[in-house]
Amino acid sequence: MESTLASLSITEAAHKLRTRECTVRELWDACHTAAQSDALHAYLEVFAADEAAIVSAQARIDAEGENAPLLCGIPLAIKDNILIKGKIASAASKMLENYEATYDATAIKKLRDAGALFVGRTNMDEFALGGSTENSAFGPTMNPHDAGRVAGGTSGGSAAAVAANIAIASLGSDTGGSVRNPASYCGVVGFKPTYGSISRSGLIAAASSFDQIGPITKTVADAKTLFDVLKGTDTLDSSTAPEGSYPTFSKEVSTIGVPRTLLEQGLDPDVVQAFNAALEATGCKIVDIEIPSNKPALAAYYIINFAEVSTNLSRLDGMRYGHAARGATLLDDYVLSRTEGFGKETKRRILLGTFVLSAGYIDAYYRKAVAARSALIHEFDEAFKQVDVIATPTMPTPAFKMGEKSDPLSLYLEDVFTVTANLTGMPAISVPMGTVDREGTKLPIGIQFTAPRGADERLFTIGAAVTGEQLY
Amino acid sequence: MTAHATPDEVKKLAALARLTVSEEELPVFVAEFEAILGYMGQLETLDIAAGTDILPYANTFRTEGAPHEKGAWTRDIVKAFPNKEGDSLSVKKILSND
Repeated sequence: MESTLASLSITEAAHKLRTRECTVRELWDACHTAAQSDALHAYLEVFAADEAAIVSAQARIDAEGENAPLLCGIPLAIKDNILIKGKIASAASKMLENYEATYDATAIKKLRDAGALFVGRTNMDEFALGGSTENSAFGPTMNPHDAGRVAGGTSGGSAAAVAANIAIASLGSDTGGSVRNPASYCGVVGFKPTYGSISRSGLIAAASSFDQIGPITKTVADAKTLFDVLKGTDTLDSSTAPEGSYPTFSKEVSTIGVPRTLLEQGLDPDVVQAFNAALEATGCKIVDIEIPSNKPALAAYYIINFAEVSTNLSRLDGMRYGHAARGATLLDDYVLSRTEGFGKETKRRILLGTFVLSAGYIDAYYRKAVAARSALIHEFDEAFKQVDVIATPTMPTPAFKMGEKSDPLSLYLEDVFTVTANLTGMPAISVPMGTVDREGTKLPIGIQFTAPRGADERLFTIGAAVTGEQLY
Repeated sequence: MTAHATPDEVKKLAALARLTVSEEELPVFVAEFEAILGYMGQLETLDIAAGTDILPYANTFRTEGAPHEKGAWTRDIVKAFPNKEGDSLSVKKILSND
């Protein structure tokens, strides 16, 4: 991993731009070259320079100096399911392989307004369905610490690019852990904000009641910098939470809750050891808590995911955009386009979603899952009356080998700690908590903290305590 | 009542979802669905009333009116149409006189 300007954090790069140690052009060139040297298949496409944006970012820094937005002139890598006008946004699917975005996602618009640049679009599991980026129609992303292992997913390209120093920072999206899982496997910071805090307009929908855009960064400070720019209500996304939706929370963290019974099964012993050591190092009071609905949470998550995915993806029918195969009848056009355009996991979830929503099963599956979700939210709300944040390892294990979890259920079970934040809408962050040794290779692992809805800042406080950063 | 996805049922789901499942894919999906639905079946034993929905969301509204200038997006959207006549999307006939 060569050290270039692309290895800098946002904070460091912004500082160099302001002290004239480098220009926006030099920073762009370094990041662009680094992205082109990608040996991990983290990028699906590296963009050509936007000359006007580079010039205008430099002019803004020259004119405004310290007052220019921190992101001004910073090149960012963007997950392939976030729309950038005029660029392909394929969601790593053959269905949208040639789909050119007709508008900017609100998140992209906000980054543009802050003067940020876009270096490329990153690989992911097709339509953000998976947990390893092995479901990309264009081939998997390799883990920067061991090319024989997965980068995690679904935002695997975004995490691998940041970890391999071929991106300063990136955006991912998190439906059941898709920002935090690859952040844990690649050894970087991944933040899933409170549901409704960042607009989903222009994010290709997977499961709409879970989806949230989130930053993947080298430091907690960078995650906060991106979040501060991206958050806010949006008339184009009615699920964004209006100002004043939540009480004012203290940023301080003194008590950490740990759902111990959840940690009793399926965890590698050295992951538990690292987790306990990381908790102890925070100096906070550690309290055991019980969240009984954690047990059925994963089943509830997947049922709702299947249902929402099958509903959302019904819009892709080969008519208005995307892959368009043609047969004898209109029905043939739909069936051929969808059968050719979707990959195996996507079809699997569409079929399962159709199943759980079908007349005979909707009560036993979907409605039961929604009820379990409600119970889980209630239990988390109760737990937060006695603790400031709740901690678990982000993933039960370090990154696994490519192809090791080809059975879909075994891959779903990896998400046991991450899905609760999406079910409850609560914010969660994954920060590196060291490494474990597997076959002579040191592999990173992450610790996850969850906070009440609207208490996102608390996660920056505790995350920085783990990484040893000074935030405020 | 753990659900079983039989081959016929998977074919029916595929038809409903506007997909074709090949003869090779069919037994694989059936076996996978057996395992996945078996796991999801744990919800059935859960002592919780189905249908209680207390998700913390509320309706949001916008002021009525034109969200954007007429035709502002037409050119870019039409560009993506696989089949078109002028600015109109062209699809096969659903009903015919034959």
